[in-house]
Amino acid sequence: MSIAIAQTRRDLAIVVRSRGEALNPLAFFALATLLFGLAGPSPETRAAIAPGAVWALAALATALSMEGLFRRDVEEGALEQLLLHARPLWPAVLGKLFAHWCVTGLPLVVLGPVAALALQASTDVLPALALGLLLGTPTLTFIGAIAAALTAGIGRGSLLVALIALPLCVPTLIFGAGAAFAAAAGADATPQLLWLAALLAAAATAAPFAVGAGLRVSQEH
Amino acid sequence: MGPLRTYFHKLGSPRWFFDLARPWGIGFAVVGVSLLVVGWVWGLAFAPEDYQQGNSFRIIYVHVPSAHLAQALYVAMGVAGVTALVWRVKLADMFIAVVAPVGLAMAGMALATGAIWGRPTWGAWWVWDARTTSMLVLFFLLVGLVALRQAIPSERQAGRAAAVLAIVGTVNVPIIKYSVEWWLTLHQPASFSFSSAPAMPPSMWMPLVVNVIGLYSFAGALIVAGLRNEILHRERDAQWVRERLAAGGARP
Repeated sequence: MSIAIAQTRRDLAIVVRSRGEALNPLAFFALATLLFGLAGPSPETRAAIAPGAVWALAALATALSMEGLFRRDVEEGALEQLLLHARPLWPAVLGKLFAHWCVTGLPLVVLGPVAALALQASTDVLPALALGLLLGTPTLTFIGAIAAALTAGIGRGSLLVALIALPLCVPTLIFGAGAAFAAAAGADATPQLLWLAALLAAAATAAPFAVGAGLRVSQEH
Repeated sequence: MGPLRTYFHKLGSPRWFFDLARPWGIGFAVVGVSLLVVGWVWGLAFAPEDYQQGNSFRIIYVHVPSAHLAQALYVAMGVAGVTALVWRVKLADMFIAVVAPVGLAMAGMALATGAIWGRPTWGAWWVWDARTTSMLVLFFLLVGLVALRQAIPSERQAGRAAAVLAIVGTVNVPIIKYSVEWWLTLHQPASFSFSSAPAMPPSMWMPLVVNVIGLYSFAGALIVAGLRNEILHRERDAQWVRERLAAGGARP
């Protein structure tokens, strides 16, 4: 636990000291929302696609943000230091991912409903959308981190991370968008939100080990 | 060690596998090609017409075997991934390298024939039906796997990374399948369900069984040939490969 907290504090400190980069995924999210808004021909169309578009963009923004997750650590040798320690890797991974989620996932929980409003969705959708994003973005982070870990040794390849991570994000996307669409139709969104919580529980249990295995593989020579 | 156990241990070693698998490859190729020829001619020319779909249903004899095989190969890669990571069996890692493109081709074939079949039957090339959609996701999982392998220059590292991804993917395949099915029941009624279709008479499904077994065998032949190539390539600096090649060919 203390390892996870130390890792989180370290990563957050790095983000605070090098601001610009962490904002890129959020800027991408806002920009892509603009593109969706301009591509939608009428207010009705925009409102109809808003929850789905927000979820698809959240998945994209998360996947694209992942490329930088381990890059600095690989370049500076911090990752090798981490791998050399005999202790299990997963607490540090968990701490790292929590820090990353605080920087990209948590803002998306706020930005998502704003984007949905910008796309002229009805306000009924917003609670389910925000709650869904709160439960879903950590899962997206976990999945993206597996892809980032596997490609950490290559140095380049944000597109590759997206290509690997996005198919695995399909269930989260389906239940997340499903919750918002259920709310839009005036139905109860609880089942979908419960599914999102279940997916999060599964991802939180299994993904840190997969990320650890991926990191070990990426630093083998 | 009993003879069977010795045989299994030898199978795990690239050098022994190279020789042991050759008759298997030939056997798979012979069985596969002959079953496919029989199955296709039987299915395309002699099986009765479907009373609703007419002749267009005959694409089933290509579509179903490839869809079946794509899924089976993905699961096989997951099993090979565990074998490669836990027991560090080199051959399992080569297996993933060889199977991924075959699986990708099968998934692509299933999607293409599905679209062609969908046009006359459903009136659209693509209908976001549960099965087609999860096959599309499977296709992209395979694309990611192949892309990951190609992006990592070191063969060993690429193999181990692919093994991890194959395991992660295999764990996710049922979740994806289930969620897609769930999504479908939410959005549109399952009007195109295969399970509620009238049961086929034996004259229709027997050629299908022949085709499925035929395509499995054919893929087996491709995989054995691919594995033998991969072994030669990766062990190109080993003494036994040099001797074989110097002796004028890789045959035993």
